[in-house]
Amino acid sequence: MSQELKVSRIRQGTVIDHIRPGMALTVLRILGIGAAVSHSVVVAMNVPSGALAHKDIVKVENQVLDEETLKKIAIIAPHATVNIIEDFEITAKHHISLPRALRGIIKCPNRNCISNQDHERVSSFFICEREEPIEFRCHYCEALVQAEQAELYA
Amino acid sequence: MRSSWQGRDIISIRDFSREEIEMVLQAAGRAHPDPDALRGQVMASLFFEPSTRTQLSFASAMERLGGKVIGFSSGKTTSQAKGETLQDTIRMAEGYADLIVIRHPLEGSARLAADTASVPVINAGDGTHQHPTQTLLDLYAIKQFQGHLDNLKIGLVGDLKYGRTVHSLATALTRFHGIELRLISPASLPMPPAVLRELGGLVDYREQEALDLSGLDVVYVTRIQKERFPDVEEYEKVKGAYVIDRAACRALGPEAIILHPLPRVGEIAREVDSLPQAKYFQQAQGGIPVRMALLQLLLKGELA
Repeated sequence: MSQELKVSRIRQGTVIDHIRPGMALTVLRILGIGAAVSHSVVVAMNVPSGALAHKDIVKVENQVLDEETLKKIAIIAPHATVNIIEDFEITAKHHISLPRALRGIIKCPNRNCISNQDHERVSSFFICEREEPIEFRCHYCEALVQAEQAELYA
Repeated sequence: MRSSWQGRDIISIRDFSREEIEMVLQAAGRAHPDPDALRGQVMASLFFEPSTRTQLSFASAMERLGGKVIGFSSGKTTSQAKGETLQDTIRMAEGYADLIVIRHPLEGSARLAADTASVPVINAGDGTHQHPTQTLLDLYAIKQFQGHLDNLKIGLVGDLKYGRTVHSLATALTRFHGIELRLISPASLPMPPAVLRELGGLVDYREQEALDLSGLDVVYVTRIQKERFPDVEEYEKVKGAYVIDRAACRALGPEAIILHPLPRVGEIAREVDSLPQAKYFQQAQGGIPVRMALLQLLLKGELA
């Protein structure tokens, strides 16, 4: 197909596909990818897609994502798919799903929340309140936070 | 009744269904002093910030049922001042008491206490978040004087932005039918969007600045609280925004009631106290039966 988009393939690693347009940079932040990167990272933004009108794609060489990282990505890109690549071939394909509860991942936007006091040593705990748009509610102070605006713990 | 109430925590009015609210109010209507009801039971009253009215009201309710009260009334004098975590204080207190009442300046502290303790926990105010027994006694007063909680025109007046009691009351009213809310506040102190969203589709509401009380069944007035303002100048601009005086009350029918969580400063003129619609002092007295009912429900599952 002459219209086909060329995005470099990776030999081995992870491809996060079907990210909502504009969220690729946030995904990079969650993956801890900054300027000082030692392996190949391919980012495609706002490319045409069949399922959604447009999408972002992130390809990371030599990195396998752990459960915690997948949860974080699910918060901001719940329709994403995660493909594991070995020798240029997809060997596993995961649809990630939005977690119902998140412990120690979202920072409560309420400064006066008990979960924001270092000396109390309480992890934040959020429950999914609604999915469109994605919104979580603090289990402790009941503050609402929209996933896209959520501050995530490093 | 026994199974669902015994050992339960009272943290946020959001946890209450209409049926549960009605059950507490009904139990409050039957609650009476009984020195044998909770004999031998101990209530830990942990007030990390002072609130004389709430603390005395809980203590009075417990004593009238034959129970004992231990506790403190300022975080400065306790182990908190030595750097103990809230969870450690709660683990200590649950060993000394059958039930914990907590007042704490941080939002979410009561939920954390409830998660930590194996005995029931009652939230007596966590920062600007929730004070569910206040809301239950507000509803008790409305029920007592209007006879029902459906089909009412209710005006909330004053600081609707920082006022914890009006947020909880508005949430509670979504459990009932035919409620019309008139939200009267200065433009800088509106009801927060998150609360308005909860009202959406469940309660008819209208926001306005003008102090127009005509046609209301209930006028709920709140103090503009200096301590909640991040900025003193913002407080000075709005502190005297509304004064309910006799002239403003002429718009009210004879069956209407005026409520206030107290203490009031200047927002209800003293000349209003002698009007038949002034019910705020009787409202405050309702705190005793409501808390007597809750203490018995949580400790015994039913009323004696």
